[in-house]
Amino acid sequence: MYRSLYIMVFCTKKGPMQLPSKNHVHAWLLVMPAAILLIAFTHYPTVSTVIKSLFSKGTAIRPSRFTGLENYQQMFQDPIFWKVLTNNLWFALGTIPTSIALAIVMALLVNRSLPGRSLVRMAYFTPTILPMIAVANIWLFFYTPDIGFIDQIAVWMGFSGHNWLGDPATVLPAIMVMTVWKEAGFFMIFYLAAIQNIPPEFREAARLEGAGRWYYFRRIMFPLLMPTTLFVLINAVLNSFKLVDHLFVLTKGGPDNASNLLLYYIFETAFSYFETHYAAALTVVLLVLLAVLALGQFFILDKRVHYR
Amino acid sequence: MKKWMDVFTNYLEPVAAWLLAIIWISPLIYAFWAAFHPGAYAVNFSFSAPLTLDNFKEALSQAPFLRYAFNTLVLVTLILSCQLVLCTLAAYGFARFAFPGHKVVFALMLIQLMITPEILIVENYVTLSRFRLVDTITGIGLPYMASAFGIFLLRQAFKSTPRELEDAARLEGCGTMGVLWRVYVPLARPTYLAYALVSVSHHWNNFLWPLIITNSVETRPLTVGLGIFGAPESGVNWSIVSAATLLSVAPLLIAFLLFQRQFVQSFMYAGIK
Repeated sequence: MYRSLYIMVFCTKKGPMQLPSKNHVHAWLLVMPAAILLIAFTHYPTVSTVIKSLFSKGTAIRPSRFTGLENYQQMFQDPIFWKVLTNNLWFALGTIPTSIALAIVMALLVNRSLPGRSLVRMAYFTPTILPMIAVANIWLFFYTPDIGFIDQIAVWMGFSGHNWLGDPATVLPAIMVMTVWKEAGFFMIFYLAAIQNIPPEFREAARLEGAGRWYYFRRIMFPLLMPTTLFVLINAVLNSFKLVDHLFVLTKGGPDNASNLLLYYIFETAFSYFETHYAAALTVVLLVLLAVLALGQFFILDKRVHYR
Repeated sequence: MKKWMDVFTNYLEPVAAWLLAIIWISPLIYAFWAAFHPGAYAVNFSFSAPLTLDNFKEALSQAPFLRYAFNTLVLVTLILSCQLVLCTLAAYGFARFAFPGHKVVFALMLIQLMITPEILIVENYVTLSRFRLVDTITGIGLPYMASAFGIFLLRQAFKSTPRELEDAARLEGCGTMGVLWRVYVPLARPTYLAYALVSVSHHWNNFLWPLIITNSVETRPLTVGLGIFGAPESGVNWSIVSAATLLSVAPLLIAFLLFQRQFVQSFMYAGIK
């Protein structure tokens, strides 16, 4: 019975000719459910964020009114905004090249024969599947002054303890180290796949010509890995703006905003200070940054696509 | 010189690989150490430290982690099943129907790859409160259910399916939905597996949006429960936080250890497409 029902629902007999207009109706019906949700949670909020950023915050006495670029003026005079923006820039600069370099090293290390290779690969990849919030919980202990893991090693080696997360000078680097740890293994798998796709003849030819390993890597392998590097680069840049979970556990953006990042500041502005209109202006900055990245990706990747 | 280079590559590289691996896994090893030993041994390492499960009992009694785990399970199941249905339909529409404006609509959909729901937290919160969906599991999942990434992946898979198979099915009497269900979906199985693994691990680990939209034990997923539990101001000790951390990552970690190959390949596959 189910089978006949199934045939009735899915395989009703149709004539051999289908009118294009009817096909279009089918297509629209197929696309519609996803499109409605995407509009409701991506396009509409994007537009309403931009509109909201042009209005003032409404209070009981004074309703919200159009104020043009006033929120943006406030933003440009807000030292915390500049602080989180530069922090985000340093965060991106500090984590991305390091994790990409480490990812390549890891991929090269596990690409050759090695006792316990799958274990090593697993060790590199495991941080990727752990939630950032759990990772932060573990690393919080590492960074605890005096009794934490890092300070214990430092003291054992003759250095003095340090409040890594409490000192504005070390808090951002400390968070960067953790982020690199989290992301390098994820990027490694893309390099691993790409390296395995390089024809072995290249290496053979290079060896016959007397090229050393470093030369082979620099002049042959690395250029061939360029599309992977670009892909990873864009992912890494996006992550550096979107991933702020660890701040909730590690620092809450402190001390004195030394580790605050743009998205976390948006969260604080909207949900701790309830300045939603100002938060909208901050979100517009983030949206513009991402749009620039998207366009960059579009033009750069399109030019490099012949590498694939 | 040449000989020294060989020694280097043959012996030192594996050592370096292992050293890096040990450094990389040590935070997790530490969490295990702290979770399975009494609190007094959390900061001093001794081989005579007794093993104990008290930290897990304590963590479970201090916060409803089993309830959180249940919420997470409901959440990822809900998101994944909706994603699979919505993305399959949309991807089919884009892959096999050249309706007017399909390129523009597709490009508009891909915007979500860049502007993910995390960035629009403020406005999405307003939308959900308008629909009275704040503090519901549906509310956590709704912004993610139509996934541009899923549509994109499945469209690639459907496009690479030979047209002749569809024609054959049509001759056998299958309609639009019949072709999708009997030809395209079965042939895209690897893509579905890859997408499902990536989606489940992403939403198992997601934190910011669930934190904003939930405020009760009945809806909070594991990550949010852990975030509240582990916050420094709550003053719980390391061993218990470690135990709670392990409890929250255990299901995914065990799945990963069992299906390591599939996980790695899925992440790779999803990224390369």
